[in-house]
Amino acid sequence: LDSLHSENHVNANSEVTFERIGKMSKNTKSSAFRRIDVDQYNEDNYKEEVDNEPVTAGPNENEVTSLLSQNKQIDALKHVLSNAPLGNKNQAIKDASLNLVLRVLLSFKTSKIEEAVNQLDNEARDVLMKYIYRGFEVPNEGSSAQLLVWHEKVFALSGVGSIVRVLTDKKKL
Amino acid sequence: MSASIQKVGPAIPIQCHAWSSDRQTIAVSHNDKLVELYKQQPGGSWNQTDILDQHDLRVNDIDWAPNTNRIVTCSADRNAYVWVQGADGKWKHTLVLLRINRAATCVRWSPQENKFAVGSGARIISICYLDEEKDWWVAKHIRKPLRSTITTVDWHPNNILLAAGCTDFKVRVFSTYIKEIEPKPSATEWGAKMPFANLMAEFSNSPTGGGWIHAVAFNEEGTRLAWVGHDSSIAVADAPSGMVMMKLKTNLLPFLSLLWIGPNRLLAAGHDCVPVLFHVDSAGKVSQGPKLEEGGNVVEATAAASAKNMFKNKDRLGQELVDSRLGTTHQNQINSMRILEGNKVEARRVSTTAGDGALVIWNLASGALAGKLAALKI
Repeated sequence: LDSLHSENHVNANSEVTFERIGKMSKNTKSSAFRRIDVDQYNEDNYKEEVDNEPVTAGPNENEVTSLLSQNKQIDALKHVLSNAPLGNKNQAIKDASLNLVLRVLLSFKTSKIEEAVNQLDNEARDVLMKYIYRGFEVPNEGSSAQLLVWHEKVFALSGVGSIVRVLTDKKKL
Repeated sequence: MSASIQKVGPAIPIQCHAWSSDRQTIAVSHNDKLVELYKQQPGGSWNQTDILDQHDLRVNDIDWAPNTNRIVTCSADRNAYVWVQGADGKWKHTLVLLRINRAATCVRWSPQENKFAVGSGARIISICYLDEEKDWWVAKHIRKPLRSTITTVDWHPNNILLAAGCTDFKVRVFSTYIKEIEPKPSATEWGAKMPFANLMAEFSNSPTGGGWIHAVAFNEEGTRLAWVGHDSSIAVADAPSGMVMMKLKTNLLPFLSLLWIGPNRLLAAGHDCVPVLFHVDSAGKVSQGPKLEEGGNVVEATAAASAKNMFKNKDRLGQELVDSRLGTTHQNQINSMRILEGNKVEARRVSTTAGDGALVIWNLASGALAGKLAALKI
């Protein structure tokens, strides 16, 4: 009763009993065991293959800024898409790249978007579609509207296949 | 009409189908534990002749051996049954102990029909052969290096090599040589040493993307292996040129099934509800051909024409006109495709079953389709 809850209380007459109860209560006192993720120890778990392929460190910000200031938006676009840090484990690099890409995408005049998309190859369009959806995730001042135009133009050329690849590709942006 | 719909039972999604060797009877499973046999009647309709009812859970795949006339079925209940037709026409079953602790997903007879391969969610492929002495089917396991569910298997013409597609985004070729029942195989383009469960080749669908593998297919000679993945891609690996793999990312929805219909031609079908032609050139490069039929959404203008119905639909569905009927013959994803007439070198007719419960037979040899195929020749 009382002795179950206060471990320090030791009765000289029944020390052994109280010691045992003390041990019991010590075991059940901590509930840290409830926070162990037992599923990680399941031997049937799918183990992701260790991918040792080299990953890019993302587009060069200075290069992109200089291209944008020279009004070479399409070149800036091609640069950021070909240097996309796909599958990079460093989240900061991925966030920085995303911001850079959004800067480039939003710098286009709406009427010039279609021309830019036409100049990209299929690989680049797949990467662009991935960035468009990433951009949708972090909307700010009018960005989604512009991204929707980008989406429409890329969809016209790359179809639902590119959207399926946004969902299934292993290397995330 | 190049595509003809056949009614084989209720409009419930068909999981899988297989033809008898004379193509008069078809075995289908309507997403449940039963396998139904339908025989074509003179008028063109289909009568149900048998129900094979032994499985406890959904039947995932059926294969019908043309020469020995044996049916093998595998199910989510972790079992496979081999069915043999007796002299009285009734089908007798034999349980095959696969020794797996997850669902069996796919099954195929080997070309010589003395073995069959069962893929499962237990990350094991069970190769089963008949032990003559004890008259029962023995299963041997291929485990390494499979890391996830096997979704599809296909045999090489030499009866030894087996291709398997997996949800770990890889396609692998294994040797299934069982010394008790067959002579030692001679070397092929896939390698020379073929002990049981040896990994002859492995192809990854993931460096450029990902996606579960939905179907694999060897070509007629076994020199090329084609597969389709969930990242809307189709790829072909060419063994003689050094295991070179060429992948095409399409802008269609993912495919679920695949067939070689010619030495350089593939037919793939899946979530777009219509088979699509692909051409493979001598270098192994894949290029997309036409769909077997054009479809767009069909607006059902009959009942919705009146103003009252238009507003009723707008209130109920949020849009004025009901346009959910597809323009293609199939109304739901095609998940199984078989060569009905012909072979991998020249397929004349192909059958597809889909989630709309329909069986459609495509005539590739005549009419509009033949024109499209001819146009595909380079």
